[in-house]
Amino acid sequence: MADLLKNMMNPRSMIFWLAAVALAVVPLIPAVPVYWVTLLDNIGLAALVVIGLVLLTGVGGMTSFGQATFCGFGAYATALLTTQYGVSPWLTLFVALAVTLAVALALGFITVRLSGHYLPLGTIAWGIAIYYLFGKLEILGRNDGITGIPPLSVAGYQLSDSRSVFYVIWAFVLAACVATSNLLDSRMGRAIRALRGGTRAAEAFGVDTARVKLIVFVYAALLASVSGWLYAHVQRAVTPTPFGINASIEYLFMAVAGGTGHVVAAIFGSTLVILLKEALQRILPVLLGHTANWEPVVFGAVLVLILQKWPGGLWMFVERLLPQSLAPKITADAAPLPVRSLPARGSNLLSLERVRKAFQGLVAVNDVDLSVRSGDIVALIGPNGAGKSTTFNLASGLLPLTAGTVSFDGVRIDGEAPRRIAARGMARTFQHVKVLPDMSVLDNVALGAHLRGKAGVLSATFRLDRAEEARIMADAARQIERVGLKDQMLLQAGSLALGQLRILEIARALCLDPQLLLLDEPAAGLRHFEKQQLARLLSQLRDEGMSILLVEHDMGFVMGLTDHIVVLDFGMRIAAGSPEEIRANPAVIEAYLGASA
Amino acid sequence: MSAPLLDVRDLKVAYGKVEAVNGVSLNVPRGEIVTVIGANGAGKTTLLNAVMGILPSSGSIAFNGVASERRPVEQRVADGLCLVPERRELFTTMPVEDNLLLGGFLRKPADRAARLEDVFARFPRLKERRQQIAGTLSGGERQMLAMGRALMSAPRLLMLDEPSLGLAPRIVADIFSIIVALREAGVSILLIEQNARAALRVADHAYVMELGVVTMSGKASDLAADPKVVETYLGLGGH
Amino acid sequence: MDATILLFLIQDGITNGAIYALLGIALVLVFTVTRVIFVPQGEFVAYGALTLAMLDTGKVPGTVGLLLVFGVCAFLSQLWNGWRDIDLARLGRDAAFNLLLPAAIAAMTFWLAPMKLPPWASVALTLVIIAPMGPYLYAIAFRPIAEASVLTLFIVSIGVHLAMTGLGLVFFGAEGFRARPLTDVTVPAGPLVFTGQTLSVYAVTLVSMLALSFFFHKPLFGKALRATAVNRLGARLVGISASLSGSIAFGLAAILGALSGALIAPIATVFYDSGFIIGLKGFIAAIIGSLASYPLTALAAIGVGLVESFASFHASYLKEVIVFTLIIPVLIWLSFAHGHTDEED
Repeated sequence: MADLLKNMMNPRSMIFWLAAVALAVVPLIPAVPVYWVTLLDNIGLAALVVIGLVLLTGVGGMTSFGQATFCGFGAYATALLTTQYGVSPWLTLFVALAVTLAVALALGFITVRLSGHYLPLGTIAWGIAIYYLFGKLEILGRNDGITGIPPLSVAGYQLSDSRSVFYVIWAFVLAACVATSNLLDSRMGRAIRALRGGTRAAEAFGVDTARVKLIVFVYAALLASVSGWLYAHVQRAVTPTPFGINASIEYLFMAVAGGTGHVVAAIFGSTLVILLKEALQRILPVLLGHTANWEPVVFGAVLVLILQKWPGGLWMFVERLLPQSLAPKITADAAPLPVRSLPARGSNLLSLERVRKAFQGLVAVNDVDLSVRSGDIVALIGPNGAGKSTTFNLASGLLPLTAGTVSFDGVRIDGEAPRRIAARGMARTFQHVKVLPDMSVLDNVALGAHLRGKAGVLSATFRLDRAEEARIMADAARQIERVGLKDQMLLQAGSLALGQLRILEIARALCLDPQLLLLDEPAAGLRHFEKQQLARLLSQLRDEGMSILLVEHDMGFVMGLTDHIVVLDFGMRIAAGSPEEIRANPAVIEAYLGASA
Repeated sequence: MSAPLLDVRDLKVAYGKVEAVNGVSLNVPRGEIVTVIGANGAGKTTLLNAVMGILPSSGSIAFNGVASERRPVEQRVADGLCLVPERRELFTTMPVEDNLLLGGFLRKPADRAARLEDVFARFPRLKERRQQIAGTLSGGERQMLAMGRALMSAPRLLMLDEPSLGLAPRIVADIFSIIVALREAGVSILLIEQNARAALRVADHAYVMELGVVTMSGKASDLAADPKVVETYLGLGGH
Repeated sequence: MDATILLFLIQDGITNGAIYALLGIALVLVFTVTRVIFVPQGEFVAYGALTLAMLDTGKVPGTVGLLLVFGVCAFLSQLWNGWRDIDLARLGRDAAFNLLLPAAIAAMTFWLAPMKLPPWASVALTLVIIAPMGPYLYAIAFRPIAEASVLTLFIVSIGVHLAMTGLGLVFFGAEGFRARPLTDVTVPAGPLVFTGQTLSVYAVTLVSMLALSFFFHKPLFGKALRATAVNRLGARLVGISASLSGSIAFGLAAILGALSGALIAPIATVFYDSGFIIGLKGFIAAIIGSLASYPLTALAAIGVGLVESFASFHASYLKEVIVFTLIIPVLIWLSFAHGHTDEED
């Protein structure tokens, strides 16, 4: 409770709650015409759908042209059950949600594994099919729909006019806002946000991206279903029209107009579009005559214009006026997360035996042997194009092997997904830094601890995950301090220099609590003093018992740092040994100095 | 002395936060090979992409006496600027000959045919494989095709991004002798190469780039003898 | 169901399938060259059909007005996005293509329309009116954000669809039209009768495909378009202008769309918003072809036509439901055949 109060004192939250209270008063003022209240009701109904879309499109980087169809499931479910079987409206809400859940799971399951544009394409075609079905089925009253749906009632009081139902609608909107914000600010929320940065980084930290995409899709569908359910009881009648493709497009328009990434932007976008629609219906006939309907033309043109000029949505203009959000509080005394025991120093941790990778006949890695002993720093070096990165990706599971074996801590891991390998205690960084630029350093690092938490969507929305979340955040903060980025902890990752980003990636990898760190060209593009800093950090980690395998192009960097070096050229291992041995090896000198042209 | 063919002044590229060019000035005199060496991530590729017009940049780029900063890529190609990128970017599902002909897309048909003969003379291997689908070529053949395709546009300046990348030493030697032969044929060359020793051996002038800026420049032979360059780019760390 | 009905259904399915094939091919073309999932393809069908129907009655079709509007918008858009490097030569070229060309086409239509041209000439005029809309549309909506993500381009494409359907209503009204058949010839073949229109559909589809295939494989310009689809960066580096390729792809799409419309117009009554559903059937075919393969897309289109034809015989009221549900097994198949196709950009 104290926590909640503290949170409400946050200036941003305060504005939000004040706005909510102000909104609640509006229908009570007798001077406010019913027309306005009805408009607010419609905005609330749309906002419910759009909150889901913002999560799906703006945060998760997917989209759907079928949200109105999900509204239809909610609306028709309750219409049918209340009129034909006399079921109480409040009970039908659960049926509506269950039906939507089943449909969304099925559709999501087959599309989330495909690349981005198949989901929206699938939802268009499938949305049209369902729309026709609504209009053809006898039991749903064909194109005439179902009438005589009872209004909602609370404690025996029927909510049959705009003013009374207003509170039910906006209570749902408020609940959806809070639940969605809670969700975004959680372990699952970080996983959802990580989807936009491509699936590779997320998978490397154990996020099952297909599952997370499915969760977001289902979540958005359920919100739409609630909106449809409410709609049925507000209108007291349903027909297929409001659940067609054009309605879905309108919802997407609201999400795009409002903007991406903010829950409140969904309400803003819904308001903008519904007001625009009202205005157009009044102004256009006066301007252009009564015969023609210009509304879709204006909508379409404005949608294109917004995407061309303000692809982030119009909310940013409001955002600028709002105070900054308060920094998250890190509870330093949170119980530490459980820590894996490190294998005995000197034992064989990772071994690649005769690994081979061929790309359409071209052999990129040719029967390479490599092993990392616990507590060592091993470098994999070679000229550009020698197959270092490919070998590295074979070890981390990103690429399947053509032949050979990979074992980690005595267990064969070749053929396992990167996610599984991560769970075994192998964490990596990327040659081309993969962080989310608009997330804080802390949040980026906390993604690394994904596998060390358990909290799911439900516990996040109801804030039951706070204890675990505090432990994750405390650990993330600890890792950030460990690598020396404490001063940048709350900055957006996008404002960091490359050297700091590479260190951030190491902190994120450490957050996984790994036994082995895989670093892909950690020194590339770093300034001299940054390289020295990095080398110091890596030796410090080794002293703490960490094992490290790094791919590097820069010989000077690895010479002073590593215990063991493996040299590749043309996909083959041409040398292996201590730095001194490598330095004196004629084959290595030849490979590095190049052909005597 | 005539004005340089390519004159880049204070070029800046900010793309993402990662690999950037921060105020580079360099020039390529007519008929010379100029090389830019530097570590991975120093911004060499970004520099070439900006000169070609693939990446937006600020600063000035004068090519053959014409201000090119705002000219679209295809116009720069027409002006005689040509880039062979590190990933070659061939039309992999099309035959070798079509790849070459498309390289001469902006030339007149008669000129195109003549240039095709010229490229085949320079790369007899490509003539043997003219009907083969580009995607099935070996690494060395792909590099030859990429260079051949570039020559089809009759470039005044050929920019090569890591032409030896992933190639066997014998083929690397071939590629370098072709580069030298091209200079004899009057083509100026801007060469980016990780194989710094080989690059300095064929080049007339050289620049060293670090972290988006030029830290050294001069005659290639002077740089090849400079102890700092030797230590950082030619030797193996602490030789 | 006897053999005659079976044959009849197959004939009907192939006729519709041929039209979907033209649309599917246009969609694949536009996607591979520009990465745009071109939802408004169907609007060109409606515009084509309605234009032809209007010309048949000797009236000047509403598309002429639309063409002028599109041209002006394209001109303004180019001016707005490129005002910093404007030069007189470019301004002149833009004005000629975006303003003079549509004006000339409009003048020609005003002159020719009242003459009640023979059907084939009307079809030709229809294509002339609609073809430039493709490049105009590209210039207005897509060229300014050519580097945006596939998803953003897709949403833009939906916006364009919305606006174009709306414009269709404004310029054609809510009434449906049907055009004269191209010929009145009928050819009996066993139990079946091939009307001249059906045969025209087959012929036109075949000829268009052959022509496209020739265009992509013979002239260097066609190869350049194919090269853009294979490797966009490679194409830019040899001097193939991305925006020119985009314009051509959109122009071809407009022509193929209008052609489909002209073929459908004598078979079915077409309304201002009929195109969307027809276009989406082309989409189902294109998706089966993974938005990449022309032959697979054409075959799939015939399949869609056949399914539709049999569905309308067995359960006519669920026809659309069945056709659009086809996408589900297709997506399942793609999902398991291709698995992860992530990390797109």
